[in-house]
Amino acid sequence: MPEDTFALRIFRFDPESGKDPGYQDFQVPRGGRSGGLTVLEALFYVLEHQDPGLAFRYSCREAICGSCAMYISGEWKLACQTQVGHALEGNVVTVSALPHLPVIKDLVVDMEPFWRNYEKVKPYLINDGPPPEKERLQSPEDRKGIQEMADCILCAACHSACPSGIANEDYLGPAALTKAYRFVADSRDTAREERLTLVGNEQGIFRCHTIFNCVTSCPKGINQTYSIQQMKKLVMKRNLGLQL
Amino acid sequence: MIYHPVLIVGGGLAGLRAAIAVHDAGLDCAVISRVHPVRSHSVAAQGGINAALGNAEGARDDTWEKHAYDTIKGSDFLADQDAVERMTREAPARVYEMEHWGCPFSRLADGRIAQRPFGGAGYPRTCYAADKTGHALLHTMWEQCVKRGIRTYQEFLVLSLTVREGRALGLIALNILTGEIVPLAADRILFATGGAGRIFGRSTNALINTGSGLAIAYQAEVPLKDMEFIQFHPTALFGTNILMTEGCRGEGGYLVNAEGKRFMEKYASKAMELAPRDIVARSIQTEINEGRGFGKGGAGGGYIHLDLRHLGAKKIKERLPGIRDICLNFAGIDPIDTPIPVQPGQHYTMGGIDTDVTGAAPVEGLYAAGECACVSVHGANRLGGNSLLDTMVFGKLAGDAMAESLAGNANRTEPAPEARTLLEEDLRKTRDRAHRLMAGDGTEDPSAIRDRLKDVMIEKVGIFRDRGTLTEALAEVRELKERVAHIKVRSQARVFNLDLVTNVELEGMLEVAEVIALGALQREESRGSHYRLDFTSRNDADWLKHTLAHRTPEGPQLDYSPVAITHYQPVERKY
Repeated sequence: MPEDTFALRIFRFDPESGKDPGYQDFQVPRGGRSGGLTVLEALFYVLEHQDPGLAFRYSCREAICGSCAMYISGEWKLACQTQVGHALEGNVVTVSALPHLPVIKDLVVDMEPFWRNYEKVKPYLINDGPPPEKERLQSPEDRKGIQEMADCILCAACHSACPSGIANEDYLGPAALTKAYRFVADSRDTAREERLTLVGNEQGIFRCHTIFNCVTSCPKGINQTYSIQQMKKLVMKRNLGLQL
Repeated sequence: MIYHPVLIVGGGLAGLRAAIAVHDAGLDCAVISRVHPVRSHSVAAQGGINAALGNAEGARDDTWEKHAYDTIKGSDFLADQDAVERMTREAPARVYEMEHWGCPFSRLADGRIAQRPFGGAGYPRTCYAADKTGHALLHTMWEQCVKRGIRTYQEFLVLSLTVREGRALGLIALNILTGEIVPLAADRILFATGGAGRIFGRSTNALINTGSGLAIAYQAEVPLKDMEFIQFHPTALFGTNILMTEGCRGEGGYLVNAEGKRFMEKYASKAMELAPRDIVARSIQTEINEGRGFGKGGAGGGYIHLDLRHLGAKKIKERLPGIRDICLNFAGIDPIDTPIPVQPGQHYTMGGIDTDVTGAAPVEGLYAAGECACVSVHGANRLGGNSLLDTMVFGKLAGDAMAESLAGNANRTEPAPEARTLLEEDLRKTRDRAHRLMAGDGTEDPSAIRDRLKDVMIEKVGIFRDRGTLTEALAEVRELKERVAHIKVRSQARVFNLDLVTNVELEGMLEVAEVIALGALQREESRGSHYRLDFTSRNDADWLKHTLAHRTPEGPQLDYSPVAITHYQPVERKY
C-alpha cells in the first residue's frame, strides 16, 4: 500500500443489509491541511469519497459538543480531537462505536440508556427559596468546587468505559453520578438530602468499585471517581448521623 | 400527523429558551433538532454574554443605555435602535435568570458575577464562565428543559416549511434515525436554526451550521434580511479555524505581526486589540496581505500571533483553560509559552429571517430568534458577547409572543383539516424531491461542489470585496447551483443516511450563498463587516437601510427597508 495513505479500519453494522457486522478497511490519504489529520476528518473522507453509507455523529469538531465519542485504537476518544498520527498502530487506525451501548448503525449508538440515567439524577439546580432580585452570591472557591464537574460534555465515553455498567443498564454510571455531584457540591443548591438519597444505593454510588476507567477515558480530564467518592463520604456521614 | 400548538426548529439557546417560555405559559410545545440539543453550536461559544450589571471594577457606571449605544455604534448604525434598546434593557434580567437556574458563572471575590472587557464595549460587561460560557449556558438551559419535561424530536432535519396564503402551517422533516419523511403541523412555528457559516471556508462554526433553516424559510418565500453582513472573527486558530475567543484579548492578550509589533496601534490607537471585530479582522488581514504576517505563500492563507504569554500561567489556566486545551489538542502548542497562530475566520451571520422586535416574521404564525433571525440588533457588525444575549432575549420574547397569540385558542389537539391536507401535499412534494436526489444522473460530485463553494465565498465574498470579485462569485455560485442538479445521493439507506442529509444541506447552502453574494454586490458602500475596496466609505445618504431578499424563480430579488432610529444619529465610527 502506498506510503502516503493509512488504513482506517471501521467496525461496520448496517441494520438494513442483513449482513453480519465486521471490520472494513479504507485507505485514506495522510496529511491534510496544516496541522495534521483528525480521525473525524478521515471519517468524512471515507463518507465523501469511498462509502456514502458510513454513519457517524458530528457537530462542533472542536471537542466541546460531545457528539463524536468513539473507541479508537483501543481507547475511548473524541474522533475530532484525535490525531491520526497518535492513533496509528502500525499503519492502521481502528474505529468502532462506543462499547456497551446498543449500536444503531456503524459508529452511531443508541444514547437512550445514557440520557435516561442523566435524567434520573434530577440534573438541574434545585433551590427552594425565592430567587433574589440579582444573582445569588457564590464565592470563587465555591465556584471552583464545581468547575470540573460542570465541564462535562455528556459524550458518554465514561459511561461506555465503565465495567460496572456492562451487565447492568440501571447502574447510573460515572457521568450521571458526576452530574449529581455537580449539584450536591453547588453552594446554591438546597436539595442535597434528596440527591444523596437518589444516588446512595446499589444502582448509584455503591456500584462504583473505583476501577477508574472513567477517569482514563474522559476527554475533558474530569475525575468522575472523585465525585463519586465524595458522595460516598457524604452518604456514610449521613448514615452515621453526622453533620454533612 | 404529529401536531403541537407550537413547534420550535432548533435546539440551541434561542430555541430552548423559547420552549421554556411557551411551556411556562402553560402551552404544549416541542423542539425539533438536527442533533441532540446539547450538541448545538451554542455550546461552542466561549467569551461571554453582555449585560450592564455594573459588577466589575470600572463598570459601576454602566447602564443599559450605554450598552445600547455601544451596540448601535458597533453595528455601524445599521441596527434597529428600538430593538437594541429592548435587548440591552432585558439583558440583566436574562443573565440573573440563568444564574438562578444554576449557570456556573465565574465570580468576583465578593461572590457576584464576574465581567470582562470585550471589543467595542465602553465598560467591562461581558459575564463569563471561564472561557466556556456557551457550554455553561446551553447545559443550564437544557437542564431547565429536562426539569420541565419539554418534548424534543431529536435528529430530525427539517426539509421544508409549509406556507399557504401568507400563513405558516407546518413542516416536513426527515427523521434521520429511521429515514421516514414526516409532516409536523403547528399553529406557531419558531425558527432558531443558527447561522450559515459552513458556506464559507475558514469558518469557526460547527459542521452542522449549513444555514439550512435560512434556506428553507427563503424557499417558503420568507424574506432574508441583511445577508451580506457576515462577521469574520479576528482570531481563528490557524489550520482548523477553531475559535480563539475575544476573551483572550479581553484578558490582555496582544496581536503581534511578523515584525514583532502590536500593529493595532495603526488601526485603532485607543481601543487597540479591543476594537470591534470588523476593524480588527480587517487590520489583521491587511497585515497579512501586505507581507507582515507569518506563513507567507503557504496554502493556509497566512497568520499573525495572538500572544498570551505575558498573562502568566495562573491567569491563563483560570480564565482561558478551554483556549489552552484547544491549542494543546489542535495545534500542539501551549499558549503559556508560545504565541498562538491566528487568522481571521468566518464566524457569524448578522443577517437572517426578517423579524420584528417580538420575533415575528412577515409570514403569519412564523417567528425566528437567535443567529438565524435578523431583528436587527447587530446591524452591520455584531459586538462580542451580544449573540449569547440575543438568543436569550429574543428566544424568550418570541416564545412569549407565540404563547400570547395563542391564548384562548390552545385547546386544539389536532391540526385543522385544511392544514392537514396542505401538509400532505407538501409531504408528497418533499418525498418526490428526495427520490429525485437519489435518482440523479450523478455526473457531479457533491463534495467538489461544496469545496468550490467554500473557496469562492471566503476568497471573493470575504473581508475585502469589490465589484469584480463579487460578480465572479455570483456567477460561480449560480453555476454551482446548476451543477448541483446533477448530483446523486448514492446511499439508498433509510437509517442514518448522511449522504442524503449532507446533500440536502448543500442545496440550501447554495441558495443562501446566492443571496449573500448578490446583497454584497448591490450594496455599494462599506459598512461594518461589509467592506468594498471600490466604495470604501460609509454612505448613509444612499445606504442607511436594510437589504431584504425575496426568492423568485429568476433568483433573489432585493428590496430595502428603513432602519429604526430612536436616539442616535449616525456618526463617524472611530475607535
